Amino acid sequence: MATLKELSKQQELLSGGHRLCAGCGIPPIVRLVLRAANGPVVATTSTGCLEVGTTIYPYTAWRIPWIHSAFENAAATISGIESAYRSLKKQGRLPGGDKDVKFVAFGGDGGTYDIGIQALSGALERGHNFLYVCYDNGAYMNTGIQRSSATPMLSNTTTSPAGKVIPGKQQWRKDLTRIVAAHNIPYAAQASPHNWSDLSKKAEKAMQVNGPAFMNVMSPCPLGWYTKSEDSIKWAKLSVDTCYWPLYEIEDGVLKITYKPKEKKPLAEWLKPQGRFKHLFKPENAHLLEEFQKRVDMEWQRLLDLDGKRL
Amino acid sequence: MAITATKGQVGLTGNAAVAYAMKQVNPDVFPAYPITPSTAIVEDFSSYVADGEVTTELITVESEHSAMSACIGASAAGARVMTATSSQGLALMWEMLYIASGMRLPIVLADVNRALSAPINIHCDHSDSMGARDSGWIQLYAETVQEAYDNTFMAVRIAEHAKVRLPAMVCFDGFITSHAIENISLLEDQEIQDFVGAYKAENPMLDTDNPVTYGAMTLPDAYIDFKYQQSQAMMRAKDAAVEVMKDFGKRFGREYGLFDTYRLEDADTAIVILNSAAGTTKVAIDELRKQGKKVGLLRPRLFRPFPWQEMVEALKNVKAVAVLDRADSMNAFGGPLFNEVRSALYDLDQRPKIFGRTYGLGGRDYKVKDAVAVFEELSRVVETGKVETLLKYITL
Ligand SMILES: Cc1ncc(C[n+]2csc(CCOP(=O)(O)OP(=O)(O)O)c2C)c(N)n1
Ligand code: SF4
Ligand SMILES: [Mg+2]
Repeated sequence: MATLKELSKQQELLSGGHRLCAGCGIPPIVRLVLRAANGPVVATTSTGCLEVGTTIYPYTAWRIPWIHSAFENAAATISGIESAYRSLKKQGRLPGGDKDVKFVAFGGDGGTYDIGIQALSGALERGHNFLYVCYDNGAYMNTGIQRSSATPMLSNTTTSPAGKVIPGKQQWRKDLTRIVAAHNIPYAAQASPHNWSDLSKKAEKAMQVNGPAFMNVMSPCPLGWYTKSEDSIKWAKLSVDTCYWPLYEIEDGVLKITYKPKEKKPLAEWLKPQGRFKHLFKPENAHLLEEFQKRVDMEWQRLLDLDGKRL
Repeated sequence: MAITATKGQVGLTGNAAVAYAMKQVNPDVFPAYPITPSTAIVEDFSSYVADGEVTTELITVESEHSAMSACIGASAAGARVMTATSSQGLALMWEMLYIASGMRLPIVLADVNRALSAPINIHCDHSDSMGARDSGWIQLYAETVQEAYDNTFMAVRIAEHAKVRLPAMVCFDGFITSHAIENISLLEDQEIQDFVGAYKAENPMLDTDNPVTYGAMTLPDAYIDFKYQQSQAMMRAKDAAVEVMKDFGKRFGREYGLFDTYRLEDADTAIVILNSAAGTTKVAIDELRKQGKKVGLLRPRLFRPFPWQEMVEALKNVKAVAVLDRADSMNAFGGPLFNEVRSALYDLDQRPKIFGRTYGLGGRDYKVKDAVAVFEELSRVVETGKVETLLKYITL
């Protein structure tokens, strides 16, 4: 893997000047993933902040061939591109001559956990050679912070508002990484942009395996989390240190936790600075906070039990 | 069963013929998803792939939405792409149809016409492709198996035409054409390869040294300009279609036009109708002509773009026209074909009288007697100079 110094010398494949918010978690994720390709790479993106923020005609922040087609079909779109590649390669008709090309689909949590899960499942099952990266900011941010099935429990969103009788989102988030792993693909991982070396290593592995790979990446969103732009990376780190967002990988079916916090932080430390959880800190909601913590503890223990095991 | 290595005259179903046509084109990528009555096309094509008769990458997608999404990805990547569907499948693709045309990707899709749910029905009508008539796709319609086979090649050329670059749909009737065996004349693989030519993609994404962005967000300062260009391309598609059909006729001796006419030159009354029902109508015309009635037919082949000027020319001397739709726009103002033909005739100083009839939905038979009854109504209109009933369902 490249050192930080080497990385800083490589050309960014996603240029600056895009319109994503200051402090958005998406750009560092995309940059680190694309760098891991180490050669020609073609990407697609589902409708959402990344797509809108990087391409307002006639501008584009993409220095690689890139396509946005719709919201729910990033995995199907990349299936088509990758199949075109295999077809033209075997016929000796690749534009610019024979070469090895990597394929990446980027999707938000809405585009991946919800509306795009069918296309994702199909592409994983068919075994296309591509990497799917979900940037999980925990809601449909581009359309104004609506809940998705990735939204943390009890979050205040515009379609799961913390109201007088219902205190935010009622459901625990869907465990997409496990669902993806159940497709028995060669590589699946969870990552976070605060740990650039862990993320880069995972992206490199994901690009190198033969077949589908998947990465679910925590992506701070100052707008939807009601946090300060300059703190995003701090909150990404706390999501991991509280074990809300464990870093792990599943390689050929074997699960490995890639980072275990020395001291597991209380969940409240991650929740408190975020406006979306403000209501949980009212005295009458103390029990909700407790419930949330319990669930996080349970999920973390479940993961610890699986560490090093073949799923 | 997929047919192999055949040439000359052979008895084939519409589906087998179109699958064979696709095999002869040998596209780079073929996303496939089954639905009655087009299933046999994707099955036959899968056999061609399994037997190594094509170099195509088959993608057995998990839905038609993904089929069209994969078509778009593959086409933007630089591949020649084909697929097939019907009815609910086309409906599920609807969102993506507009994206394919908006991105100017020359994908070719065979739509085996079938009714739309509800109620669910697997039989023929044109609700599916008519529902996509404004999606920016070129639409070719076929009366017979031979024509469906031939249209498949022409669709590739028109779609990929340098002045067009738009996706194209090859439409023919479910069961009536897709499952009926007709004796047709096949072309040689080499003739097809010479006719369609090697595919040259524009701005392929796989040209990684020259990166392009597809599908950028556009704001009001740019969106309408893209749509204007697309609209202009659709206008040019008519001339391209004429050019391609001429070349096809010259090479293979089968002449096609923007529409087909039958005994229309001196007709007082005419039926305008799509696809297989034109055959039935021609039988009725022959019977009525024997009785001295001057009746004729116009069968549109190219529905998108709609060749209205030529159609007006062909219909201007007719006294009364009945437009028969195998789809209802549910607008309480007649079917799509009726509306287009009626609108096209508006500028004539001396307009034919016109009425619309909806027939044959969900596979209901349209018989010679139904066509005869329409011609009888038309002659009453000519006699009285009045259209009594502008719109009505027949074959009820
Ligand atoms: C079929 C369809 N439904 C709804 C939308 C509206 N829409 C656009 S982006 C979006 C939310 C995207 O959420 P996510 O995938 O989490 O990405 P983010 O905005 O958070 O980056 C929605 C609902 C759409 N474009 N297409
Ligand atoms: S709304 Fe959130 S996810 Fe979207 S660009 Fe802004 S910070 Fe990023
Ligand atoms: Mg999101």
